[in-house]
Amino acid sequence: MGQILYAAATIVVGVFLCVAYFWGSNALLDRALPMKGPKAAANVRKANAIRPWLFLGPSMIVLGLYLVYPVFNSLWLSLHGSGGRDFVGLDNYVWLFGDAKFLESVRNNLLWLVFVPAMATFFGLVAAALTDRIRWGNLAKSLIFMPMAISFVGAAVIWKFVYDYRGADQEQIGLLNAIVVGLGGDPVAWITVPFWNNFFLMIILVWIQTGFAMVILSAALRGIPEETIEAAILDGASPLQIFWRIKIPQIWGTIAVVWTTITILVLKIFDIVFAMTNGQWGSQVLANMMYDWSFRAGDFGRGSAIAVILMLAVTPIMVWNIRNARKEGN
Amino acid sequence: MEGHAGQKAALTWAVHIAVVVLVVLWTVPTFGLLVSSFRDKDQLAATGWWTSLAASEQTIAARTDSPEAQAREGNLWVIRGNVFERGEGRVASWGTSSRAPAAFGPGETADLGDGETLAVEEDGSYLLSASAEMTGSRGQRIYVQSLVPPRFTTDNYATVVGAEGIGRAFLNTFTVTIPATVIPILVAAFAAYALAWMQFPGRALLIACVVGLLVVPLQLSLIPLLRFHNAIGLGKGYFGIWLAHTGFGLPLAIYLLRNYMVGLPKDIIEGARVDGATDFQIFRKIVLPLSFPALASFAIFQFLWTWNDLLVAKVFLGTSDSQLVMTGRIVELLGSRGGNWEILTAAAFLSIAVPLVVFFAMQKYLVRGLLAGSVK
Repeated sequence: MGQILYAAATIVVGVFLCVAYFWGSNALLDRALPMKGPKAAANVRKANAIRPWLFLGPSMIVLGLYLVYPVFNSLWLSLHGSGGRDFVGLDNYVWLFGDAKFLESVRNNLLWLVFVPAMATFFGLVAAALTDRIRWGNLAKSLIFMPMAISFVGAAVIWKFVYDYRGADQEQIGLLNAIVVGLGGDPVAWITVPFWNNFFLMIILVWIQTGFAMVILSAALRGIPEETIEAAILDGASPLQIFWRIKIPQIWGTIAVVWTTITILVLKIFDIVFAMTNGQWGSQVLANMMYDWSFRAGDFGRGSAIAVILMLAVTPIMVWNIRNARKEGN
Repeated sequence: MEGHAGQKAALTWAVHIAVVVLVVLWTVPTFGLLVSSFRDKDQLAATGWWTSLAASEQTIAARTDSPEAQAREGNLWVIRGNVFERGEGRVASWGTSSRAPAAFGPGETADLGDGETLAVEEDGSYLLSASAEMTGSRGQRIYVQSLVPPRFTTDNYATVVGAEGIGRAFLNTFTVTIPATVIPILVAAFAAYALAWMQFPGRALLIACVVGLLVVPLQLSLIPLLRFHNAIGLGKGYFGIWLAHTGFGLPLAIYLLRNYMVGLPKDIIEGARVDGATDFQIFRKIVLPLSFPALASFAIFQFLWTWNDLLVAKVFLGTSDSQLVMTGRIVELLGSRGGNWEILTAAAFLSIAVPLVVFFAMQKYLVRGLLAGSVK
């Protein structure tokens, strides 16, 4: 109970402090540079130059401290030993590229990068195209979209139950093995089969992200100008032709956005692997390896080096995003 | 013409069937979790959840009442009773030793030697009779293969909330989420307004920075921030995680809100300015109320993200009962109670229930936010 009060008090105090800052700093500015009197015009100009920075100040401090500074600090740490004091040059990176687990993580991350965005976008596109054609489409959309609200950890429990394995002499309570046994096969401990277990983990993320792809692509499909489709119908195109030749080319931009958004998520994937296998049986990924080295082994140098590799991996997407945003701005 | 219409109907059917298949694939795993969390734990461990409405076969190891309960009937000493404690179920077969637990059918009589006989009926009632007075303190073992009707219970939930610490973790999760959702909104709204409606040098550069920060991996911030928090004496705790979530949520908040605010009608804002309203007044009286849909969108994102987060909580919070959030607790249960599905399913369902309610109640805003955040 005391804890709830503590949280509630924090909200009240936090909100009060924020409001007090914004309101107070504004009032101060208005008093220091009054809009009346002999220097009114100059004051207004000065106030207008200062005010944006009052509004932006708290955000810039938090962003600088919590996102910008860590990028540089991680770079710096990655060149230092486990305690973060003695300079070791590129040793951490040299170690990294000779480490079998790291190479396994890179391979797995690449698998994830190809499989998850492709499958999620594909299923999302199919779901969007199909649900837009039927009357109960919105209900279907809601249900396919639902896993988006479920945490990776919750999803891990859900799917661990689906993949559950028992010896061949026992009754299977995992859905997948029950189906396999029902079809006459032998039960398999899915998440311990090297290499293929990666795909059983990826399916979880595809299951979560398909709804996201579907929602975005559905909106894009609806935004396609009617005339292009009507013209195609008049020319005798079949529904499939219309979909692949007329609609898809018009939403390439959106498909790219969906793809990159999921790609960024995939690069950082941690919870699913952590909860399902913790990187055992050849399923390690970069983010989980980074957690292991940083917070289990306590080696901040090596942990930071892995984080820097992750940062390098997202940099092309970051540059592409910024360029797109600037193009729109102009 | 007729052929064409027939083709069209077939296509419509194909679409319906395909969507049904998709929906089933996407909902069945969650449904299985929900059903399992309400099943009796013995039945859950014995049979798949899809059979939960059918009677399940179970082996019960029962005992007759002890000889103290025997009664004299004619020249026999007898003990009567029922192998089912709750008086439900149907005996398929039974036996008296673990090596042959299904030696007899219902209604048959087993000769136990020394003039003792045992009979078990289909409804579970047994009759143990002996020609001489029975001695000893324990009853005769009976192994029963029975068909037990499906049992649903909320016991699993009672167990996880109390004994497994999920109740406390639920509270801790709320403690993390609410401030971590409210504070960034307030901070971001002012910044978004400045980036949308105020003129100053460097604005375009700042917007580009925010877009760039959107994709910075969280992993990069963990070690530097933990060291920073330790250095300033904040350590691991709620205050630290509120700040961290605020920092990580800010780029999306500023980006979403700024995009929305830029789209507000220019006339209203310019008009207010001409009438002598200050930026602070315009923000508070015009822009903020009009931006409600965008504020709601971001609030849902941030709530779902902080509620579902595992990594940030693992790094910035301690592992004591007073700080462990639900995702952390469930990961712990996955390790320690890996085979106890009655506990895992109930715990997982409790943790996803709140986001699901938020999701279904506010889906409109969530979709709107997604569209504003990605389609441009």
